[in-house]
Amino acid sequence: MAQRLPSVDVLLVGFGWTGAIMAQELTEAGHDVLALERGSWRDTGTDFAPSFIQDELRYRYHGHLFEQTAQETLTFRNTPDQTALPMRRLGSFLPGTGVGGSILHWNGQAFRFLPYDFEIRRQTAARYGEAMIPADMTLQDWGVTYDELEPHYMRWEELCGIAGQAGNVKGQKLPGGNPFEGQRSKPYPTPPMKQTYGPALFGEAAGSLKLHPFPCPSGNMSQAYTNPLGVSMAPCTYCGFCEKFGCGNYSKASVQTTILPVLMQNKNFTLRTECEVTRINLDASGTHATGVTYVDAHGNEFEQPAELVIVCAYILHNVHLLMTSGIGTKYDPATGQGTLGKNYCYQLTPSVDVFFEDKVLNPFVGAGALGMIVDDWNGDNFDHTGLGFIHGGYIAAYMTTGRPIETELLPEGTPKWGAKWKQAFVKNYLTSMSISLMGAVMPNKVNYLDLDPTYRDVYGRPLMRMTYDFKQNELKLQDFALGKMADIAKAMHPREIKKSPRGPHYDIVPYQSTHNTGGAVMGVSRRESVVNRYLQHWDVSNLFVVGASAFPHNSGYNPTGTVSALALWAAEAIRSQYLKHPGPLVQS
Amino acid sequence: MATASVVLMPSGAPAREIKGRVDDPWLPHQADAPAPLQDPGYVFFTPEEAAFVEAATERLIPEDDLGPGAKTCGVPLFIDHQLAGAFGRAGSWYMQGPWGKGQDTQGFQSRMMPSALYRAAIKAIDEHAVSSEAGKLFADLPAEAQDAILSDLERGKLDLGGADAKTFFKMLWQNTKEGMFSDPIYGGNKDMAGWKMLGFPGVRYNYLDWVDRHGEHYDQPPVGIRGRPGWNSTG
Ligand SMILES: Cc1cc2nc3c(=O)[nH]c(=O)nc-3n(C[C@H](O)[C@H](O)[C@H](O)COP(=O)(O)OP(=O)(O)OC[C@H]3O[C@@H](n4cnc5c(N)ncnc54)[C@H](O)[C@@H]3O)c2cc1C
Ligand code: SF4
Repeated sequence: MAQRLPSVDVLLVGFGWTGAIMAQELTEAGHDVLALERGSWRDTGTDFAPSFIQDELRYRYHGHLFEQTAQETLTFRNTPDQTALPMRRLGSFLPGTGVGGSILHWNGQAFRFLPYDFEIRRQTAARYGEAMIPADMTLQDWGVTYDELEPHYMRWEELCGIAGQAGNVKGQKLPGGNPFEGQRSKPYPTPPMKQTYGPALFGEAAGSLKLHPFPCPSGNMSQAYTNPLGVSMAPCTYCGFCEKFGCGNYSKASVQTTILPVLMQNKNFTLRTECEVTRINLDASGTHATGVTYVDAHGNEFEQPAELVIVCAYILHNVHLLMTSGIGTKYDPATGQGTLGKNYCYQLTPSVDVFFEDKVLNPFVGAGALGMIVDDWNGDNFDHTGLGFIHGGYIAAYMTTGRPIETELLPEGTPKWGAKWKQAFVKNYLTSMSISLMGAVMPNKVNYLDLDPTYRDVYGRPLMRMTYDFKQNELKLQDFALGKMADIAKAMHPREIKKSPRGPHYDIVPYQSTHNTGGAVMGVSRRESVVNRYLQHWDVSNLFVVGASAFPHNSGYNPTGTVSALALWAAEAIRSQYLKHPGPLVQS
Repeated sequence: MATASVVLMPSGAPAREIKGRVDDPWLPHQADAPAPLQDPGYVFFTPEEAAFVEAATERLIPEDDLGPGAKTCGVPLFIDHQLAGAFGRAGSWYMQGPWGKGQDTQGFQSRMMPSALYRAAIKAIDEHAVSSEAGKLFADLPAEAQDAILSDLERGKLDLGGADAKTFFKMLWQNTKEGMFSDPIYGGNKDMAGWKMLGFPGVRYNYLDWVDRHGEHYDQPPVGIRGRPGWNSTG
């Protein structure tokens, strides 16, 4: 029998990035908040100190900071006619666990989405006609606009000290920034990072083609910075052990470096670690959450009652927890009815590798968000007439790392092992780089999440089942983008280039990005979404579901800027509206 | 200063409740330091298995003008210790059944944990060598014959009984690269030869002086987690 604990005002499931944002916002407003985190306490000095953190085997390949599939995983298949099998080893995406969640080991590539994204269906139809949207593309507007989110994007950037060059402040176009970005209320809080040779060469080449290169907005600090909470960060040292590692320099925006030192001092905040929430409990009416059930590291079960439950467990666990708790209506791909699990999207990341004969790039001088970007083919920044796809992606030349197990760029025709492999690896290691696409993924009727009929987790719950493949929109976008990337690559005057497409089928093995989205999407009506525009569950008004699970599609950018803006927007609605008058914030 | 309270939950549960600031992280057993390889000899492989792994990894990354091969760099020792530890037991992987072969896009689906997969695959490969190459074990074959067998494994053309040839080859090749280029504390990358060969400076962590030096060769030797030979006695 689960032991029943005293009730709390606000309960957070998961203490990663959005959990920390919610905790800070709601304790600041005077509410008692308890966060339950399945992993352990983590801090810079003890867990990612530069006396041992730069260990590629341990962190990248043995996944020391990541979720372990033995603890939780999902099953996967490309299409509904296949039998899904468990993801037994992590690969394509690397969700985090423990205090700080996934953002602990992110790159820090810190983008906003375009105004187009939030009204994608309306704007696409208005410009090209409804026929531009294929019948199997379950495209929908978000129910919130860029202008509504702008102040929250700004607050996120200030919290994290994002380093960048603005391109559009209050309608004024600024040189060196992204001319396509949505209008900003202020410039970035810190100047952009200095570029190393590789991205600089890309920037010159893109400029020579009359494109609009700009430095990647970065959560790696370009200078010392103190955020509005009074927490300070130090300049990034381009250590090259950024993504998939914690930062030992206090230079990468994360829970530990932006919120935790202040939050832990708020007397109305309590954090309980090594507590995995296994169920959200509802009362008999099925419209009110009474709290959660969780299990500690010894297997003891507890019932934790709460007035308000906010799920911040990363998209995959947000959706899984709703499913295993029986909350909401399951999406049915055959009929298109139901909402829970629909519009699962990901990211499309083909690349073009560039090989120089004698330009020394020193790839190990790198940082997670060090790079130059062009946004000319993202969103609806260009005319799609006759192209057969919508949206796009940004093209980037990143220099994130030269870690030698992971960094292997080899020219066309190189054998996969043996003497010739060795020669080619040694010859090209210092003189090659990659240009990549952060491609958007549009929702499709048969890309979705549900529960697996066969496989179970350690608690005996069904694993979540992911059915996902690249569809026509992605494959056509990929062809188009590879051509554009090759044009820029050639303008860099290399010895040779190599195109590395993804697909044609999505493969869950090679790492691509931890940019999973959808499954508990937001929207204007309960018929087409799980949560309303404030991330409040349509059926259970004292339940909010925060994270990329709310994205109705995935844009051509990394997600965390938008995840954060939505979290802050929802937090404001909870503070200023919900907690004053609990109940639905939107009438359906 | 406020103190952190690490409170046991009711019923003495192991969950940790943290309220207030955590002032002193340096409690005993708190720093998450790595566990370096201690024993310089094989602890998992039998002599025959070791001979196979030495020969096979040396074909995958052979010694040449550019530098030593996998064997000299300690890759077989590295793999041996990996198989004896958590990796060999698939300690962190979801290993529950049922087991299906599935599509390539669905990834690793073997029921065998890595230590069992190595053991079964090496035995089957040696049996294949003995029967097809006039009684010789893989390790005793000429290089071209070894390469031919490795290619067959890579393409899934060898029947290894219970073990899947492609799965084994992928794992062997990945582990070989890991042994060649991971930090020397794990037994491979001896004398940082893998890193020197490429020009990777190891764990230095601060390149601020080099951001602006476009096109210049980095001129400092590599450093590992334990420093460099000469800095201390353990090397
Ligand atoms: C390798 C990597 C690189 C990335 N790079 C970028 C980038 O450059 N730019 C970008 O925009 N984004 C990037 N991301 C994505 C970014 O990290 C996420 O968008 C962000 O962390 C999401 O925040 P979240 O709060 O939704 O989830 P998380 O930060 O993952 O937090 C979720 C927390 O919930 C906990 N939890 C889960 N289930 C339970 C449960 N049942 N009970 C209790 N606790 C639970 C988890 O342990 C975790 O701590 C990257 C991610 C990874 C892994
Ligand atoms: S690259 Fe910079 S921000 Fe990233 S881990 Fe290294 S020092 Fe930290």
